[in-house]
Amino acid sequence: MNLLKELRERAGNSKLTWPLVALLTIMLFNLFYRPEFFSIEVKEGHLFGSLIDILNRGAPLMLLSLGMTLVIATGGIDLSVGPVVAIAGATAAYLIGHGTHGQDITNTPLPLVILAALLIATAGGLWNGLLVSRVGLQPIIATLILMTAGRGIAQLITEGQILTVYYSPYHYIGLGHLLALPFTVFVVAAVFLLFWFLTRRTALGLFIESIGVNDSASFYSGISEKNVKLLVYTLSGFCAGIAGLIVSSEIKSADANNAGLWFELDAILAVVLGGTSLDGGRFSLAGSILGALIIQSLTTTIYSVGVPPEVIMVVKAMVIMAVILLQSKRFRQAFKPIIGAFLSLTRRGRSLLRTTRLPSGESASE
Amino acid sequence: MIEKLRFFRKYLPLIATIGLFILMFALTSVAFPAFFSLQVFFNLLNDNMFVLISAIGMTFVIISGGIDLSVASVIALTAMVSAWLVEWLNVDPFLTMGLVLLMGTVLGAGMGSLIQYLKIPPFVATLVGMFMARGLCFVISTEYIVIEHPIYRAIANYRIYLGDGFIKPDVVIAFVALPIAIFLLHYTRFGRTVYAIGGDEQSALLMGLPVGRTKILIYTLNGFCSALAGVAYSFYKLSGHGLYAYGRELEVIASVVMGGTLLTGGVGYVLGTLFGVLIQGTIPVIIMFQGTLSSWWTKIVVGLITLFFIVMQRALGATNSRR
Repeated sequence: MNLLKELRERAGNSKLTWPLVALLTIMLFNLFYRPEFFSIEVKEGHLFGSLIDILNRGAPLMLLSLGMTLVIATGGIDLSVGPVVAIAGATAAYLIGHGTHGQDITNTPLPLVILAALLIATAGGLWNGLLVSRVGLQPIIATLILMTAGRGIAQLITEGQILTVYYSPYHYIGLGHLLALPFTVFVVAAVFLLFWFLTRRTALGLFIESIGVNDSASFYSGISEKNVKLLVYTLSGFCAGIAGLIVSSEIKSADANNAGLWFELDAILAVVLGGTSLDGGRFSLAGSILGALIIQSLTTTIYSVGVPPEVIMVVKAMVIMAVILLQSKRFRQAFKPIIGAFLSLTRRGRSLLRTTRLPSGESASE
Repeated sequence: MIEKLRFFRKYLPLIATIGLFILMFALTSVAFPAFFSLQVFFNLLNDNMFVLISAIGMTFVIISGGIDLSVASVIALTAMVSAWLVEWLNVDPFLTMGLVLLMGTVLGAGMGSLIQYLKIPPFVATLVGMFMARGLCFVISTEYIVIEHPIYRAIANYRIYLGDGFIKPDVVIAFVALPIAIFLLHYTRFGRTVYAIGGDEQSALLMGLPVGRTKILIYTLNGFCSALAGVAYSFYKLSGHGLYAYGRELEVIASVVMGGTLLTGGVGYVLGTLFGVLIQGTIPVIIMFQGTLSSWWTKIVVGLITLFFIVMQRALGATNSRR
C-alpha cells in the first residue's frame, strides 16, 4: 500500500504523467480494438509492426519537436520548420540527382550532400535567430518571413519540380535498418542525447528556462540572452535539416510544395502536449518526444481504424483544445468541482488547485 | 517641430506603403508599357478582393494587439460549406450565403470568447480554429465540389464595365466593406476602444473601457470578414475544396503589416491595408510580365518586402520584442 502511495506521489510530481496517460489511452484503445497493433514480427532480420512504424514515421516530428522545445522554452516560437524541411530535402536531392536521371549514382559524395543540406537548414535557423535576437523582432513574425519565403527558396532549388532520388545509399537514411531497428530511431536518440547533454549537463538548460521566464531579468543577471536565443533558433534549424533529409529519403524525392506541410503546427502541438508551456520557462525534452509519439500514434490509429485520415485535423483540434483548457487557469477555476475530483488524485494536482484559487474580481493576467 | 516629427513618425509607414505601390506601378509601367492599362489595374482588384476583405477584419485584430491564424481556413470552410449546401443539399443560394456568414461570425465569436474568458493566447486559440475549420472541410468532402447553381454562376460571371475595363462583383463587396470599416475604426467608440486595447490593455481596462466585450466583438467581426471573403472566394473559384486558400493567412497578415499597422498593436489604418494588398497583388503580375523569373520568386519577394516593412517599423522604435 505504501509503495502504491509513493508511486502515485512520484507520478503526480512528474511532468511526464499526463502525456504518458494520453499515450497509454491510445494504446489501450488499440489493444481492445485491434490487438494485431502490438504484433511485431521479424522479416529479413528487421523488426516490423505498427509500433516500430510509429517510431519510424514519427522520427521527423520528434526531431522537430526537440528543436521547437528549446525555442518555446525561451518564450519564442518557430513557424519556419516546415519550409526548412523542404529546403534541406531539396538541397540534398539537387546535389545528388542533377542530371543523373534514373541512375544509381550521385554527383556529389554523400557526406558532402548531408553536410550541405544540414548547413543550409542551420543557416535558415541562424537567420531566424539573428532576426529575433539582434534585430529584435517578435518570434512569430521573424519566423513567418522564412515560412513565406522558404517554400519559394525550396522551389527555386528544385526549379518547381519534384526531384526524384535514385541513388540508393541515400535511401538508407529514412528506410535503412540498424541492429534490427529503423535507422531513424538511432538518429532521434542521438539528437535527443545531444540536446539532453547540452541542457541538463551544462548551464544552457538553466539559461534557456531563465530567459523564458524573464528575458530582461536574465540579461541583467549576466546571461548573454541574445546568444542563447540565437543558439536555440539555430538548433531548431539544424533539427529541421535532419528531418528534411529523413523525409526526402523516405519518399525518395524532394517535393518543395508538400514536404513538411503542417509540420510546424504538429511540432508546436507535440511540445504543448509534452507539458512545455507556450509562455516559456520550464521545458521537458522527453515530454516533447512523448507528445510527438502521441500525435503519430493517433494518426496511425485513425488510419488503421478506417476513419478517413482527413478527419485527423478535427481530432487534433479537439485534443489541443482539451489540453489548453486544462492548462487555462480560468477554466480550471470555473470547472473546479469536476476537474478537482480528478486532480486531487495526485499531489501535483492538489498544488495546482491551490495556486488556482484567485481572489475574486482580480483579472488573471498570465 | 515636435508635433511635425510625431506626425511624420505616425504616418511614415502609411506614406511608405502608398509610395512603394505608386513606385512599383510606375516603374513597371515604364519597363512594360502593356502593364499600364486600366484592365491590368482592374484585374489586380478582381484577383485579390477576398484577401482585402479578410485583411480588413485582420486590421482590427492586429491593431488590438492580437493575431488570427484561422482566416484562410475559414475562407476554405466557407467555400466548402457553400458548395455543399447549394449543390448537395439544394439550399437556396441566398439563404446559403446568409448561413455561411452566420457560421463565420459564430466561429469568430467562439475564438474571441476563448481568448477573452479563458485567457488563451490569440495565437493558440486561432490555431485551434484553423485546424478545426480545415478539418471540417475534409469531413464534408475530400474531393472538389463544383458549384453549378445558375445564380452562383450568374454572380460570378457578372461584369461591371467601367471605361475600357471591367470589375467583378467581389470588388463591389470589398469597396462597400472598406468605407464601413474605416468608419467603424476611426469614427466610433468601438474603434477607439480597439486602439486603446492595442496601446495598453491594462490601461484601457482601468479607464473603464469595455475591454472584454470589444475583444470578443473584434474576433467576431474578423470571423464575419473571413466568411465574407469566403463568399467572394466561392464566386472566384465556383467550387469548394479543403486545401483552398492554403497559406493565405500569411498573405493577409503580411498585407496588414505592409499597410503600416504595427504588430504590437495600437497603430494602424484600414486604408493602408488596401495598399498592402495591392502591393502583394502587383508582385506576381510584375513577375508574369517580366517573363524570365519563375513564379516562386513571388513568395521570396513577398517575404523580403514584409521583412523590409517590419524592420522599418522596428527602426522607428515603435515595436518592441514582446510576443
